[in-house]
Amino acid sequence: MIIKTISTILSNEPVGENIYRIELLSPEISTASKPGQFINIKVSENLDPLLRRPFSVYNVIDDRIQIIFNVVGKATKILSSKKVGEKIDIIGPLGNGFNLNDDFDTALIVAGGLGIAPFPFLTKILKEKNKNIISLVGARTKSQLVLDGFVNVNTATDDGSYGHKGTVVELFKLKVMNNDIVKTPSAFKVFACGPIPMLKAIIELCDKLNLNCEVSVEAPMACGTGLCQGCAVKTRDGKYKLACKDGPIFNSKDILL
Amino acid sequence: MIKTEVIVGKLRLKNPVLVASGTFGYGDELIGTIDINKLGGIVTKSLTLKPKVGNPPPRVAETPCGMLNSIGLANIGVDKFINEKLPLLRNFDTAIIVNIAAKRIEDYCEIIKRLEDTEGVSAYEINISCPNVKEGGLEFGTNIEMTAKIVNATRKLTSKTLIIKLTPNVTRISEFAKVCKEEGADAVSLINTVVGMAIDIKTRKPKISTITGGLSGPAIKPIALAKVFEVFQNVDIPIIGIGGITTWEDAIEFMIAGAKAIQVGTANFIDPNTPINIISGIIRYCEENKIEDINDIVGSIIVETFPH
Repeated sequence: MIIKTISTILSNEPVGENIYRIELLSPEISTASKPGQFINIKVSENLDPLLRRPFSVYNVIDDRIQIIFNVVGKATKILSSKKVGEKIDIIGPLGNGFNLNDDFDTALIVAGGLGIAPFPFLTKILKEKNKNIISLVGARTKSQLVLDGFVNVNTATDDGSYGHKGTVVELFKLKVMNNDIVKTPSAFKVFACGPIPMLKAIIELCDKLNLNCEVSVEAPMACGTGLCQGCAVKTRDGKYKLACKDGPIFNSKDILL
Repeated sequence: MIKTEVIVGKLRLKNPVLVASGTFGYGDELIGTIDINKLGGIVTKSLTLKPKVGNPPPRVAETPCGMLNSIGLANIGVDKFINEKLPLLRNFDTAIIVNIAAKRIEDYCEIIKRLEDTEGVSAYEINISCPNVKEGGLEFGTNIEMTAKIVNATRKLTSKTLIIKLTPNVTRISEFAKVCKEEGADAVSLINTVVGMAIDIKTRKPKISTITGGLSGPAIKPIALAKVFEVFQNVDIPIIGIGGITTWEDAIEFMIAGAKAIQVGTANFIDPNTPINIISGIIRYCEENKIEDINDIVGSIIVETFPH
């Protein structure tokens, strides 16, 4: 069930360089949300920006829902300047969410840049399910690392300002080659989110090591509900699935990025 | 009580507000989200003879007050529509207008034949104006002889209301509307999207995989309005106005320019309740202006000079 609601902004704060976190009051959507799902926000009543913008559910705390974003364009600039108490039009929860019913003991979370977005909520639910968690988080530089809500974290920065110097993909490689994962891949499940080149590299490695892996895919999107068919993601059988409805979470074996 | 019924060809619409093809799925996606029975009608996503997977991504990009799309007519095909979607749609008290697209005249005809054998179709909208497929689509809609042939061939197959959806990507749209009328079409709907383009300046690549796409949304409303008025002035055929309609004021504007009915498209992506809000807005406008019959607005434009 898709819920459309006018939600009050409870907080809006910078949590990293150019990165903001907004907390919204929405009892209905909070209750209905699963990790990996997203909400679609109309950032202003004006005709420009026209379409809603999709944001992963970053976390759910009681009747509140959080999103996180980088200021990259018109819409995110408007969002970053929203004041506490202002109301915005949101719909959600949208999309499928991560599949947590698979048989695995340890979750290997891999986040690149703003790919952190779905993981604090996922971490919370994985903890409730008593799963082991290893988190790998990468960013360009230390000031862009937002580690709240992660547990057992290993970091990578492009400039080496915090943790491993290099990409989160390299960190992932080091991790998976260097311990029990290679011996018992079935005890692990990888959850990845980040830029497309990063996801491609992660998927390739998971294929090689026969690791169960789900990725959260971002695609240009208009409606978020399957009406427009805009957010196509290529599948390995040469067809397309929709990021908004069939995704945004896909098993790495199903898609071709 | 305001009379909201309008007649387009043989089609009685309980009100003039329809949802545009490709912006409302097959109608069933929104069951439970909006009150479909309140709509004047639903125009389905374009159906082709065989299912189509559509164009590669990226398929959409936002532009100022509008969006570009190049979906490439991704659809389930006419047979699956008949078996899986039509039985659900039949239950609603609203007109079901089936939009069809093809790359050959024979295919348009075959689709209509298959739909003629079923129940629940109120009218056909023939898409000869999709800008995002290589064959058919725009190639037909910008060629006056092809337009005539398609209307002629499809007209012979059905007594139901036949609506031809026209492209604005021509010099004189009224010439095309005229041909549609001469070949027996009941109505024309206009406009389909305007060919447009956007480039990512960082990567220097087009923002749409097919390079150009179809521009829709409020950005094209003035273009659409001018085309509706051009056809209204020059051809005596019912017009369904489409192009950037987002508010009830927009809808009234199109009706004043000569549209008997209107379609809401891109605005459904932002809020699928838009058409319902437009219907109540139109009724309120009529009440406030003491207009008893909505048909009195149609073509009520007051002009002192005529455009060339």
